[in-house]
Amino acid sequence: MSNPNFDEAAQRELSKFLEAEQAKARLQQSIHTFCDLAFDKCVTKIGNKLDRSEEACLANTVDRFLDTSLFIVRRLEETKGSM
Amino acid sequence: MSDYGNYGGSSMEAKKQQVMDQVRSELALANAQELINKINEKCFAKCVPKPGSSLDSSEQACLSKCMDRYMEAWNIVSRTYINRVQRESQNMGGAGGF
Repeated sequence: MSNPNFDEAAQRELSKFLEAEQAKARLQQSIHTFCDLAFDKCVTKIGNKLDRSEEACLANTVDRFLDTSLFIVRRLEETKGSM
Repeated sequence: MSDYGNYGGSSMEAKKQQVMDQVRSELALANAQELINKINEKCFAKCVPKPGSSLDSSEQACLSKCMDRYMEAWNIVSRTYINRVQRESQNMGGAGGF
């Protein structure tokens, strides 16, 4: 991001700022993906509020999805290890 | 998005803040659009199973409620995910991995 308007210090600051904002944006994109998934799994009927079991299901969906991701990576590494 | 106009001088600091504000606005807008698109898709699927020649009052009521439920769900998912990422990054001494 070389810009004649900004000196090196400002460019570095903007660079760091952009990195942080992009990391935040990636987190938010993940949240959208998980919410899409979890809403389908957990909220079958639209009511006047989310009941406790729906809330638990939503949180569990996120954690189990991430556990699944870790599991898959570990299993692939085991398989590679035995080759 | 509101344009704050000239920050009072064309100083580099002011320009830098302007760039940062613009980036923040654009990312916030993109996030809002994504949320709206998801709500549209999910709530249409749940509330309008047999599209007719207009949205009747019960479909509209369902859509309103669905919007609220989806946003509540989004908050729960957001909290859960961020807590998990923080926990994992502590366990791994700062690495994380999601």
